[in-house]
Amino acid sequence: MQQLLVYPFMVSALEAGTIVAVVAAVAGWFMVLRRQSFAGHTLSVMSFPGASGAALAGWPLPVGYFVACAVAAVAIAGGSLRRGARDRRQESAVIGTVQVAGFALGFVFLSRYNGVLESLESLLFGSFLGITRSQVETLLGVGLGTLAFFAVAGRPLLYASVDEPLARAHGVPVRLLHVAFLLVLGLAVAATAQITGVLLVFALLVAPAAAARQVTARIGLGLALTAAIGLVVTWVGLGLAYFTDRSSGFYVTTLAFGIYLAACAGRWLARRFA
Amino acid sequence: MAAIELRDAAVRRGGETVWSDATLEIEPGELVAVLGPNGAGKSTLLRLLLGLEPLSAGSVRVLGGEPGARNERIGYLPQRHGVDTAIRIRGVDIVRLGLDGNRFGLPLSGRAAARERVSEAIARVGADAYARRPIGELSGGEQQRLLIAQALVGAPELLFLDEPLDGLDLPNQTAVSALLSRISRSDNVTVLLVAHDVNPLLPYVERVVYIARGKVVAGAPEQVITSKTLSDLYGVPVEVLRASDGRLVVVGEPEAPAHHGAHHAH
Repeated sequence: MQQLLVYPFMVSALEAGTIVAVVAAVAGWFMVLRRQSFAGHTLSVMSFPGASGAALAGWPLPVGYFVACAVAAVAIAGGSLRRGARDRRQESAVIGTVQVAGFALGFVFLSRYNGVLESLESLLFGSFLGITRSQVETLLGVGLGTLAFFAVAGRPLLYASVDEPLARAHGVPVRLLHVAFLLVLGLAVAATAQITGVLLVFALLVAPAAAARQVTARIGLGLALTAAIGLVVTWVGLGLAYFTDRSSGFYVTTLAFGIYLAACAGRWLARRFA
Repeated sequence: MAAIELRDAAVRRGGETVWSDATLEIEPGELVAVLGPNGAGKSTLLRLLLGLEPLSAGSVRVLGGEPGARNERIGYLPQRHGVDTAIRIRGVDIVRLGLDGNRFGLPLSGRAAARERVSEAIARVGADAYARRPIGELSGGEQQRLLIAQALVGAPELLFLDEPLDGLDLPNQTAVSALLSRISRSDNVTVLLVAHDVNPLLPYVERVVYIARGKVVAGAPEQVITSKTLSDLYGVPVEVLRASDGRLVVVGEPEAPAHHGAHHAH
């Protein structure tokens, strides 16, 4: 393992992976709680218009990602609020619409760009080879920002997620938190997509949280376990990708899903023999 | 000082009057049932007292202040509060949210004291045995007890419960009614609860507020739940009969008219 750390690109990859794993874990835990996985998925595919828009505008790719995810987050939030409360029935339709609009925009940008987009494979499945120091620094900033959000607003967000009418009666600004959470989720997704690629953001956003939920219903323990699973999956995945020749995305996803299955099996066994 | 005071109060929504000319006083420590047909405006009364619904006429005082000003001294259990069964959050954490869930920042100080108060509240409602399980796995009666604990954990002076007995079987209805009465007496908590059927509450209720047809009548149960009072209220002949086991049966209550503008804003 030591030989890995000799290479600067591996160090950058591991640093970026660590930040992303923790951010995705915390954001994913809340996302799974709030049953907003569809929103999370849509935000991740927003990187297509993000990437093509960035190419067209001459911006760096990550900027395109962040902007696209932020815009989509606000669109979803705006469309899914009714009379000051979260409208779950409308939410799916709004998210689907945003996804379609995003793809349409992506194609428009692409056709006007008239150039060649960066390698499709790394866009979709992630690549840890090209992570630069400045990317790591950006990720660190985004990571600290999102974790600060959860440290400050986590409690009222939990309350609003578990029991919106009661939280509102107790003065929790549920509408503001609804919008703010989607924005932060967008940031987390945009950051994660740079490591796992667009299609496999789910590996770090959903699987660790879902696995932790199988093991415990406790809040603090659940968050810690989600982060731990995310970190293990990322480090082992990156390490395996280095030693073999497959993409990191493949290993991270497989490991994440494997741990989820193991957690389900463990719970089933505990039930049977309790 | 009365815990709750209404003088000629009225609530209008969407151009229609929900109810008007409401005058009543509720003393601290009373257990009050709010009764009436669906859509009469019972939940509206609770929401008005919490400052969630604007007052259209008259005056309202809650704990001596404007509605909404004293909400940290009021515990509230909104209507149809079945918990999402997929939510894997423990009952004890749900109760804790009632204490400080609306505060920003990490709960760094006072955690031991908070845990104490949560345990106490859970013990008061008799939910110790199952409070550490995910609330979604519990039965209706068990969930309701934990939600009552959540409303109680802040040591409120007033407790507002909107149809807390809905969806519970009869033994649970009786048990929860008895629990609320115990809490009301021992802690001098004023309990205001909306119910469809007064019978499980009859042994414990000191005052009844009956809302129907835009009118509000308050008084002791034996004054309000009578054939005469209800007939006057509805404007059609209504009979109140007492069954041999002491239960009250209301016969002839007309259907609640459809409210076009009044949404069920619960």
